[in-house]
Amino acid sequence: MKKEFSITELQDVATQVRRDIVRMVHGCQSGHPGGSLGCTDFLVALYFRVMKHNPSFNMEGANEDLFFLSNGHISPLLYSVLARSGYFDIAELSTFRKINSRLQGHPTTHEGLPGIRISSGSLGQGLSVAIGAAITKKRKGDSNLVFSLHGDGELQEGQIWEAALFAPAKKIDNLIVTVDVNGQQIDGSVEDVLSMGDLKAKWLAFGWDVVEMNGNLMAEVLEGLELARSKTFKGKPVVILMKSDMGHGVSFMTGSHKWHGVAPNDEQLGIALSELPSTLADY
Amino acid sequence: MTKYTVTDKKDTRSGFGAGLVEAARRNDSVVALCADLIGSLKMEAFIKEFPERFTQVGIAEANMMGIAAGMSIGGEIPFTGTFANFSTGRVYDQIRQSIAYSGKNVKMCASHAGLTLGEDGATHQILEDIGMMKMLPGMTVINPCDYNQTKAATIAIADFEGPVYLRFGRPVVPVFTSEDQVFEIGKAWMVNEGSDVSIFATGHLVWKAIQAAEQLEEMGIKAEIINIHTIKPLDEEAVLRSIAKTRCAVSAEEHNRIGGLGDSIAQLLIKNDPVPQEFVATNDSFGESGKPAELMDKYGLNAASIVKAAQKAMQRR
Repeated sequence: MKKEFSITELQDVATQVRRDIVRMVHGCQSGHPGGSLGCTDFLVALYFRVMKHNPSFNMEGANEDLFFLSNGHISPLLYSVLARSGYFDIAELSTFRKINSRLQGHPTTHEGLPGIRISSGSLGQGLSVAIGAAITKKRKGDSNLVFSLHGDGELQEGQIWEAALFAPAKKIDNLIVTVDVNGQQIDGSVEDVLSMGDLKAKWLAFGWDVVEMNGNLMAEVLEGLELARSKTFKGKPVVILMKSDMGHGVSFMTGSHKWHGVAPNDEQLGIALSELPSTLADY
Repeated sequence: MTKYTVTDKKDTRSGFGAGLVEAARRNDSVVALCADLIGSLKMEAFIKEFPERFTQVGIAEANMMGIAAGMSIGGEIPFTGTFANFSTGRVYDQIRQSIAYSGKNVKMCASHAGLTLGEDGATHQILEDIGMMKMLPGMTVINPCDYNQTKAATIAIADFEGPVYLRFGRPVVPVFTSEDQVFEIGKAWMVNEGSDVSIFATGHLVWKAIQAAEQLEEMGIKAEIINIHTIKPLDEEAVLRSIAKTRCAVSAEEHNRIGGLGDSIAQLLIKNDPVPQEFVATNDSFGESGKPAELMDKYGLNAASIVKAAQKAMQRR
């Protein structure tokens, strides 16, 4: 029986995961720290408390909850969380984005990394995939849930709205979609690049049940996820609009699009790590 | 030469429809999706018999490919149905990332391929799909020649693990292959043995190749016809064995000469046994509106063109 992690324990895991992210991106001098740090609390809550899942991974994932990362560029976060929850050895985190690694720049099933069920990176595809997995779960009488995570910039992709239209129309109600509303994308703020307008009104208009939460307060993340779960199997898909700070946890990275896809240098790494004390062992 | 009797005239898409129902009867995991083209894809029978295994996606092909990929994760075998144009070019990145690179067991079933779509014109007449799909690592590409072969291929791909692109067409064409055939993916079919020229044909061009071979026979030329229904993986052994005998080749397909079956054969020959090859294919052009037969004549995809190509290949030998 899995022990339940307390909020303090979850926060400790999140701090270690943030250390991992910064070290991984520094180690290969490439990758996307900003969004990874912003979504850390959410993904830690999901894998360490909310989801029913099995680290002795099998692709089908029958009788467990499934998670799909659609904004694949925040792969260092997913890799750290998977390793720290037992899918593979944390030592492998040091191979991130390096030659002959299973930890590709963007997640892939191609190298057989446990925990990955779809390749992502080209944006906008994961919602459709999650819907397909949810349909199959229902058809097979599996009452577990499907989760997915998307960036707010990613919502500019048209396929997202094809899927957003589909899920309520077909009553896909075993699905909890989370949008990381950090308001930033590569070229600047989402508002400046291509305003998404009133996101909540859009999802409501498409027929979704909408939950809002702060993605960087562990207690709120847990509450938001439980609230979302309580809305499942009621005829509608659920979307969580999760307000987060890009770069959360590292002072000089917080809140700016400039750290979307840039690696810290040695000095910056030192500052970042001093703000993120090791809570579990480093890899 | 081997005599083939036309037992009926049917469209290959109806072969797909019949095969899909049969595959679903044999395997509970077979499910189907369509993007608002049920009638065109002949999926009515499947939907009638297995309504709970069908998903109508609406006019949203990108979403359809992603949903199919997601369904395959849970062990289902999704067959997607739409026109060839919307099964490939429109959704190439979805197929590339969510299906091919992800190694998903999705069967992309594509009707109305090529010029024989007819009156709708070039927007819908895709002539580049074989090229796009065969370039994807791990993708199997199949283009059967008549109703019976399409039906058999549809049944066969359900039992095959991995992504498959199955291409078929709209018009009614001769049915000349056997009803009870077993379709072997990647194994070329010897249609007619000959010793003077090898004609490698796929899809609707196989029947045209038979007609061409009859004309060639009257001229005293023994044409070997090989049906390359599986373009990838190519049955290299069958091609090389035939070439070893005839020393010249013609490829025939309802597709752009760039990127099609002809290219695959040329690459194989250049590497192993360079001999003259002529291409019966569209010449790097879009199609246009017209009746299927008129279009096939105008763009040189007929028996006369194959005869000419065979003679030229033999002269160049």
